Amino acid sequence: MSSLYSVLLNWNYIVVIMLMMAGLYIIISNQNFIKKLVGLSIFQSSVFIFYISLGKVSGGTAPILTGVSDTVYSNPLPHVLILTAIVVGVATNALGLALVVRIHEAFDSIEEKKLLALKIEDGHQENEQKDNKL
Amino acid sequence: MRENPVFKIVSKILFGPIIIYGLYVQFHGDYGPGGGFQAGVIVAAAFILYSIIFGLERVRKLMPVIFVNYIMALGVLVFAGTGIASIILGANYLDYSPFAYKIYKAQHLGIIVVELGVGLTVFAVMLGLFYAFSGFKPKK
Amino acid sequence: MVEFWVNVFLISLLVVITFYIIRLKSLIAIVALSGAYSLTAAAIFVNMDAVDVAFTEAAVGSGISTILFLAALRYLPLEEAHHTRFSGWSLTLCIIVGLMLINAAFSLPDFGDPGAPAHLHVAPRYIEESYPLFHIPNVVTNVLASYRGFDTLGEVVVVFTAGIGVIILLTGSTLSMRFRKSENLPVQNKEASKKET
Repeated sequence: MSSLYSVLLNWNYIVVIMLMMAGLYIIISNQNFIKKLVGLSIFQSSVFIFYISLGKVSGGTAPILTGVSDTVYSNPLPHVLILTAIVVGVATNALGLALVVRIHEAFDSIEEKKLLALKIEDGHQENEQKDNKL
Repeated sequence: MRENPVFKIVSKILFGPIIIYGLYVQFHGDYGPGGGFQAGVIVAAAFILYSIIFGLERVRKLMPVIFVNYIMALGVLVFAGTGIASIILGANYLDYSPFAYKIYKAQHLGIIVVELGVGLTVFAVMLGLFYAFSGFKPKK
Repeated sequence: MVEFWVNVFLISLLVVITFYIIRLKSLIAIVALSGAYSLTAAAIFVNMDAVDVAFTEAAVGSGISTILFLAALRYLPLEEAHHTRFSGWSLTLCIIVGLMLINAAFSLPDFGDPGAPAHLHVAPRYIEESYPLFHIPNVVTNVLASYRGFDTLGEVVVVFTAGIGVIILLTGSTLSMRFRKSENLPVQNKEASKKET
């Protein structure tokens, strides 16, 4: 019973780790770049939820001062860090998307295996050219 | 979908209030939830809504691409320039205390200016990203 | 207590959404689900008293991010090309790392514990000092713009740089409109001259 209680008490942390690993699994196992980017953003927001969970004080309220004495406020520091990190996360995600769009324009594919195959072919050709020059 | 009068009229009605709400979030961020980051995104969302319904060309007339690019740099300049101003007035970088006689007025002024810089940059970057993605022309 | 159960429910909803993101193949469905994920995360942030963060997540994460993904999908195939094969070794790796992290998570301070070290360092100072100093009730704004102004300056510069990067990658120049029109003309002329010859 006590172990169940502690699992429930730490449910936030456990779910955050599950989400983080799900994001990692998407990034490793999928071939499609868009899906990889979505996995990356899942990983990212799991970290955001972890930070905000650490800043929560039970019985507290949002850190906007009310003037009433003896009010408990949650920790404002993680809020500040995550607030800026969300906007930066979207901007960097957009940079990744732009790269994917350009990759599709150049190679007609956004699947990792096809692109690697293309790269290997190119590598062989370059090596042959180098050998010829030597 | 673009010919549907419901979308056109609703987006025309909503365009102004969304921008006013963005400005409210920008300048009321000291007293409630909000601030430069959120306000910039909300104002950009108004322009994005307009361009989804009326097409990219009309929004580009309203807010030209070059103008957006300049605002992007202007926001960072406002933020960094505040720091330079406090150095000139004899304090450390981004220390707002010399801006006014009373310290809380000085801090309040500094915070409003800095949030304005953040809002300008975030607005311009979000709108610029949308312009870049939707105006992209593949070579084939 | 209600707050706690709402939190448990919402955060379990995230797991369900993530499961479907892993399962589905249609990219538009995945992007829509990631928008739903962001909105649920925003609800969780409100429940955990982070109103500013929730505001940002709702506006940026579920609004702008979804629109950017959809705008990019205009140029991309809408389905995954081949079904992703279930890869055993990466699942094993994730499960092992996850179990290690969960084991470590049990030695963190309990969720919502007011005596946790994170709440005893600078946070009380921010909450107590900032109103007499600034006369601004929103502590998050105070910390964002004044106490940690350097941090915010850095983040704004990162957003600016990312914006420049995307514009240069997709349009080839930051003054795109001016050059694109002049670029297009000679190409059309060349095609016309090819047809003539």
